[in-house]
Amino acid sequence: MQEIIVKLLLIVVILIALGLLITKKNDMNKHQRKMLIRILIASSILLVLQFISIATFDILDDYLFVSSGRILRFALYFTDYLIIGHDILKKAFKGIMNRQIFDENFLMAIATVGAMAIAIYSNGDYVEAIAVMLFYQIGEWFQSYAVGKSRKNISELMDIRPDYANIEVDGKIEKVDPDEISVGSIIVVQPGEKVPIDGIVVEGDSTLDTSALTGESLPREVKVDDNIISGCINMSGLLKIKTTKEFGESTVSKILDLVENASSKKSKSEQFISKFARVYTPAVCYSALALAIIPPLVRLLIMGVDAQWGIWIYRALTFLVISCPCALVISIPLSFFAGIGGASNEGILIKGSNYLETLSKVKTIVFDKTGTLTKGVFEVDGIHHNKLEDEKILEFAALAESASSHPISKSLQRAYGKEIDRTRVSNIQEISGNGVIAFVDNHKVAVGNDKLMRSLNIAYINCHSIGTIIHIAIDDEYAGHIVISDILKPNTKKAIASLKNAGITNTVMLTGDTKKVADKVASDLGITKVFSELLPEDKVNKVEELLKVEGKDKLAFVGDGINDAPVLSRADIGIAMGAMGSDAAIEAADVVLMDDDPLKISKAIKISKKCLRIVYQNIVFAIAIKLICLILGAFGEVNMYVAIFADVGVMILAVLNAIRCLFVKNL
Amino acid sequence: MKKTYKIEVDCANCANKMEEAANKTNGVKNAVVNFMTQKMIVEFEEGYEAKKVMEEVYNACKKVESDCEIEF
Repeated sequence: MQEIIVKLLLIVVILIALGLLITKKNDMNKHQRKMLIRILIASSILLVLQFISIATFDILDDYLFVSSGRILRFALYFTDYLIIGHDILKKAFKGIMNRQIFDENFLMAIATVGAMAIAIYSNGDYVEAIAVMLFYQIGEWFQSYAVGKSRKNISELMDIRPDYANIEVDGKIEKVDPDEISVGSIIVVQPGEKVPIDGIVVEGDSTLDTSALTGESLPREVKVDDNIISGCINMSGLLKIKTTKEFGESTVSKILDLVENASSKKSKSEQFISKFARVYTPAVCYSALALAIIPPLVRLLIMGVDAQWGIWIYRALTFLVISCPCALVISIPLSFFAGIGGASNEGILIKGSNYLETLSKVKTIVFDKTGTLTKGVFEVDGIHHNKLEDEKILEFAALAESASSHPISKSLQRAYGKEIDRTRVSNIQEISGNGVIAFVDNHKVAVGNDKLMRSLNIAYINCHSIGTIIHIAIDDEYAGHIVISDILKPNTKKAIASLKNAGITNTVMLTGDTKKVADKVASDLGITKVFSELLPEDKVNKVEELLKVEGKDKLAFVGDGINDAPVLSRADIGIAMGAMGSDAAIEAADVVLMDDDPLKISKAIKISKKCLRIVYQNIVFAIAIKLICLILGAFGEVNMYVAIFADVGVMILAVLNAIRCLFVKNL
Repeated sequence: MKKTYKIEVDCANCANKMEEAANKTNGVKNAVVNFMTQKMIVEFEEGYEAKKVMEEVYNACKKVESDCEIEF
């Protein structure tokens, strides 16, 4: 045993000395540095003392008085003990004064003072008490360092906060605090700088790196009159931006607020651990007390043999060393924090640890169709039954619809592709829910659905292909129809498949679209259930019905966040996508996907599962090791060294395991 | 009224204890300590002055964990 201790101490001394030499000043805070030096001094002294035997001390007796060697030996060891443990003793004492008895300081103080007392009594092994204190302090130091370091790393990962904004004063660029910029000011963003405040480009064009916000590496191009979102990095050209919001209201501030507050919403596992720690420490203390008193009394009074007080008190002290709940209490919030940090780096904002936890239990995902699975942008699929050429039909339709801002009108105008000459159009009459009647080049053009055709008494031909049908009549004569359809996002199919891989058993689609269109999309994608031709309020009812069936499993709703806020808040978890720049969506949802890639849904679920797996691993691992040590300790199979290594070792492993939550890039 | 304060605390269990102590303080409706971001978010009851309540919160926290700091 002696040899192992000497070797261990040597390793500690060398490592710390190296550590102190190598690390830069700002790697550690003041407290950590001071602590490390204390550990170094204490272990060096302990190491030196190992080479002086009791016999050497006893020589002193010949020169001074009897047992002076014993006193000197105690004094040296005790000084070392105070160097390493004085703060723990002080805290324990303060704890007792403030009636906060059961904390780890108290446990360590009682255990080491007890061991010290046993050693004084027998002029025996002082090393045990000091070593336990020493390794406990090393563990504490490591915990403080690892947590501080990972906290810094995670914050850096999320640090998209711009430090300054540039304004032009007399032709010169001046840096100012972004808080001071009022709405409507012109700010300058140079290449390589972050856009500090949301606004509109008034001069210049450039490409933007949005990866800090969306996790998407593809750069986005901007030109004059484009909206621009804070947090993006300007890559190429100089931009002048007219701000449309104050800094505090800008996207970047909102996102930071959200992520920073996320880990304050505590998950059930965290609450469980706080409660557990509250019960566990006193329970172990009382068990230790019982262990110190009951067995010797039983031996003495009932069995009539020697009480062996020393052995049982020692076992009780070992019990106390094992009992510190730190590994659990530190690793659980760290796991959640790392998970939320890693996710936000991927463009997935999770608003709280509790949501991360619920997300991992999701079995049913309900999608809104338009804007979520599909692009929400209609494209012309075909033009049928026309006598005029396709071009001409499109031209008439686009011109007639030129005044409307309906998505269908917009897509017709886009399909036409040429500049629209508004002077050719007159007498525009919009019939809501039916279509448009207008005069184009002095021809009466009616563009709309079958209802419009019926109201004009025009015989129309129905289409057999799937999509939205727009009939066209020129001078009250049927001229054919245009089929347009909403196209799927490129990743939708992959996303549904990967959700199934991630353990989602039920996929449901809700849409206001016709049954024919909805069924086709669903069967293309492999979605299990479809509810079509729904009004917005029907969607909430459908989700409520599904929630009733769910029972214990959780249900997530995915929408674009624009008009489905009530559904987002009704579901167990509301996921809003494509939310960059949309405050309403960021507010209504529990999980926000910054870009509109549906693959991110399965990624979010995988991240949550990985995190929760790590959390459970840590809970089970730490509690199991502690229980085993406690049981072995009660039977005297574990000495104090093993106990302290179990305690510190479990904590270090749990912290390292928790940090794994941060690595989610390749999920 | 809700306010956020910067705190300094070294161990997670101590942060939990601070939270408990803050919640027991008069005038505090709800307090959450976020160990990872080193922040304390305090919601005050109506009719209490934040600064005075925080002084009591600080004293209560000092009692349970002498090594903590709250900036207010």
